[in-house]
Amino acid sequence: MASSKLDLFRGTLDVLILKALVWGPIHGYAITSFIRRQSNDALLVEEGTLYPALWRLEEKDLVEAEWGLSENNRKAKFYRLTAAGRKRLHQESRNWEAYAAAVGKVLGATTPHVPEETT
Amino acid sequence: MKSVPLWRRFARFFGADPASDVKDELRFHLEAKAEDLMNQGWPADAALREAERQFGDLVAVQRIGERMGEEMERQKQLRDYWTDCIQDVRYAFRTFIRDRGFAAVAILVLALGVGVNVAVFSVVDGLLLRPLPFADSQRLVWFKGGKSLDEKIRVAAGLSGETYTVDAFQEYQRNNQSFEALTSYQTFYGSQAYKLTGAGDPKQVTAIEVADNFFPTLGVDPVLGRNFSREESLKGGRPAALLSYFFWKNQFAGDPAIVGKAITVNGSPVTVVGVLPASFDFGTVFAPGMKVDLFVPAVMDFWRGWGNTLAIAGRLKPGVTVARAQAEADSLFPHLKSLHQDWYEDYASTLTTLKDHVDGKLRRSLVVLWSAVGIILLIVGVNLSNLQLARAASRAKEFAMRGALGAGRGRIVRQLLTESLVLSLGGAVLGLVFAWGIVFYLAHQQSIVLPLLSTIRVDGAALAWTFLIALAIGLLFGLAPALRISGAHLQSAMKESSGGIASGRSHERFRSALVVSEVALACILLVGAGLLLRSFLHVLEVDPGFHPDHAAAMTVDLLPAAKPPELAARVAMLHAMIDHVSTVPGIESAGIVDMLPLDRNRSWGLDAVGRSYPKDRNDAVFVYLATPGYIGTMGMRLVAGRDFSWQDTSDAQHVILINEASARREWPGEDPIGKMANGVDKNPVRVIGVVADVHESSLEETSSPEVYIPITQNTDVEGATLVVRTRLDPSAVYLSVLNALHAVDPGQPATEFRPLQSLVDRSVSPRRFFVLLVTIFAGLGALLAALGIYGVISYSVTRQTRDIGVRMALGSTRGRVQRDVLFKTLRLAVAGIVIGTAGSIAAARLIASLLYATSPWDSKTYAAMLLLLTVVALIAGYLPARRASRINPLAALRSQ
Repeated sequence: MASSKLDLFRGTLDVLILKALVWGPIHGYAITSFIRRQSNDALLVEEGTLYPALWRLEEKDLVEAEWGLSENNRKAKFYRLTAAGRKRLHQESRNWEAYAAAVGKVLGATTPHVPEETT
Repeated sequence: MKSVPLWRRFARFFGADPASDVKDELRFHLEAKAEDLMNQGWPADAALREAERQFGDLVAVQRIGERMGEEMERQKQLRDYWTDCIQDVRYAFRTFIRDRGFAAVAILVLALGVGVNVAVFSVVDGLLLRPLPFADSQRLVWFKGGKSLDEKIRVAAGLSGETYTVDAFQEYQRNNQSFEALTSYQTFYGSQAYKLTGAGDPKQVTAIEVADNFFPTLGVDPVLGRNFSREESLKGGRPAALLSYFFWKNQFAGDPAIVGKAITVNGSPVTVVGVLPASFDFGTVFAPGMKVDLFVPAVMDFWRGWGNTLAIAGRLKPGVTVARAQAEADSLFPHLKSLHQDWYEDYASTLTTLKDHVDGKLRRSLVVLWSAVGIILLIVGVNLSNLQLARAASRAKEFAMRGALGAGRGRIVRQLLTESLVLSLGGAVLGLVFAWGIVFYLAHQQSIVLPLLSTIRVDGAALAWTFLIALAIGLLFGLAPALRISGAHLQSAMKESSGGIASGRSHERFRSALVVSEVALACILLVGAGLLLRSFLHVLEVDPGFHPDHAAAMTVDLLPAAKPPELAARVAMLHAMIDHVSTVPGIESAGIVDMLPLDRNRSWGLDAVGRSYPKDRNDAVFVYLATPGYIGTMGMRLVAGRDFSWQDTSDAQHVILINEASARREWPGEDPIGKMANGVDKNPVRVIGVVADVHESSLEETSSPEVYIPITQNTDVEGATLVVRTRLDPSAVYLSVLNALHAVDPGQPATEFRPLQSLVDRSVSPRRFFVLLVTIFAGLGALLAALGIYGVISYSVTRQTRDIGVRMALGSTRGRVQRDVLFKTLRLAVAGIVIGTAGSIAAARLIASLLYATSPWDSKTYAAMLLLLTVVALIAGYLPARRASRINPLAALRSQ
């Protein structure tokens, strides 16, 4: 579909999932839609990686799941952030911002590398 | 998320199912996706196919999901389980705090049961189960000679019948194939006196002569210095000694520089070559109750001509069994005998592991003790069940409520089991404290002569045992009431105002059965204890043949007298000693002997002159060398003839006294006075008197033939012991006696003054130990049974308060009510006693071999048990009966 599909760095998917849950419990399909919509179709999450990642988060008690009914009355599994998950999200997004800023600075460099003098 | 209808919440009502959870979740995803696609204009079936295509490997993801789901489910269950457990434990604690009386009684009862069990376990573990404190101790073997001798003859020969000559030992050492090493020690350690001088006051010390390889064979390494060298155990070798750890600590203040120094023993220097480790205690293994200070090398050439004096132990080669070593001994000893025509006997031997030798006699007694505390544990467990059931009656509503609120039967059983486990573990902790106290007390009882007793302690094994029995009791005796309580009719319990009558009645039957079994178990304990107690009393009644009261003994030094000419000087000194001591105020008489009865012994042969004997006849007699006056001082009875006199010198006709057993054997039906005998002297000796039998080795065995030889005529003494008879307390005359001895010989060492009674006490101490414990256990059992009876009767009175009230309102008297309750108690007791008597008769047969002069069916014991239990039951029933008779009919009727 989209040729501009970006590969997700390992571990990044987890943060995106946690972020998707910030506004309340949603099911797996809604998580993929959220990520795609927010990234303007730049990030496409494959289902084959999404669900195992979700379950891993559930196992680590970062999210918890409950069966509920979807908008069109179908039985669906809803995920919700736990306190630990919210904390992790906070921490990870700060890490990510610092990382992105650092990479951005390097890529935006305008002066060449000067070796430090060793006296 | 929309709110979920109630029925949806029960979608997984029949348990979690991770597989279908995963399937449902993924199906929803595909359907949602397909729906989106259809909204974009895809046809329905193509949309679903496209959704599946985009998903990729559906099966693989599904498999991952299932695996993780199962894992999570397992963890969740575990977590739930522990949460429930913690809840149960908390709940149990809350109920116990509310019901303090019940909890305290239950824990105390459990602690008593666990305490005695752990204490006895520690004793059994220390004495029977734990290996000896030697390296690879299972390979150590003990030789017991005299296998081919008749049991009676061997006993009559005492130590001499079970020991070996130097030749026999060395020949066997050279020729056997089974042993890595064979070693020996001198059993007649009393024959040599060891006096330590030059380190404070002269002091009598106890030394054992051991073969040069004794400690290496046992696997004992000195903590300081080294073992004996070969050269040191040869004739003319440099005198050497190893110190026991405690002697080193006490006498030499643990001086590490002692090794290599010389100490003065019997006037000559002996080099200390090493100090033995604290873990090695010769007494606990080889000679219970004996404290050894020094070990010196046995010079084999010196002992060669002395007959049977060595005890042999060996270390098997790896892989050789005791049975194989025994088979070799069975053929090798007779073979050696055929090569040595001069050997006195064939030394056929019984080989056992050293461990069996040490604890063989104890095993049965300890098993009895263990069974006794096992029975107590059963009674305790039954009591616990009983108490739980009694509580259940008042808690019926609580459980009915929990049941109505959805707690399953399993959940309630679990709750009740948790409660009994908490109780039993609490009891175990307190019980450990009890056990520790008991074990500490027993381990420090020097008057109990049991091997290894001083080594017992509450250790890791005992802790494990405690935990095990606490768990077993909690589960086993918690389960029955838990099942009964949880199975009670819930509705009826809810409806009844005070516990369910129906379930109450069935509980009461169950509890009555429990009490009957308690009484029966207590009955078995009481009969067993009673029989052992009567045996003990019979043993105490045995006339030892001398009067132990108001007499005491102390070791004295003799002048050396290797040859008859030196004997006169020795005799003169002994005579002077006795004369001096006799003048001490308060001393009635004094005498000297080489060995005391019930202490050590040795045996020689004795034959009547002029009689022909069958070749294999037993001529062993116990030999005692004594001064004139010894017989009277001991309180022994001269039944015919005269005592020795100082005129019986070595130039005069050599004479002996014999005991009645000797007279019966050698001169049956004749007057032995004036008869001549061979065997104890170079020339025939004349019998001048007969003394009443003395129990020489044990009060429980009949006396063997004994012969008394005057010290004035024979040089061959085994040490010397002064015996005094006094009107005062022996300790009061100790110093004046010692002064009197010093007046004759200033070099006399200050040794301990032993009351003769201590010989008797020592000899009966193992039996005293067992009787004491079994009696305490039986008392405990009876007490616990009484508690059980009290509980049941008391509960039934409470339950029938209204009935009793009605009856009293209808004219029943207080006496009548009281009688009825007591009658009910008696019925339980009698049922228990009848069953218990049957059990006792079976149990008594098992302890028959431990009884002395008491039949296992001793009617007096059974009658006493019957009386005691009935009285105990009546007391236990009287308290509730009195309460029943005081019920106010009006209050009782109004209250419910």
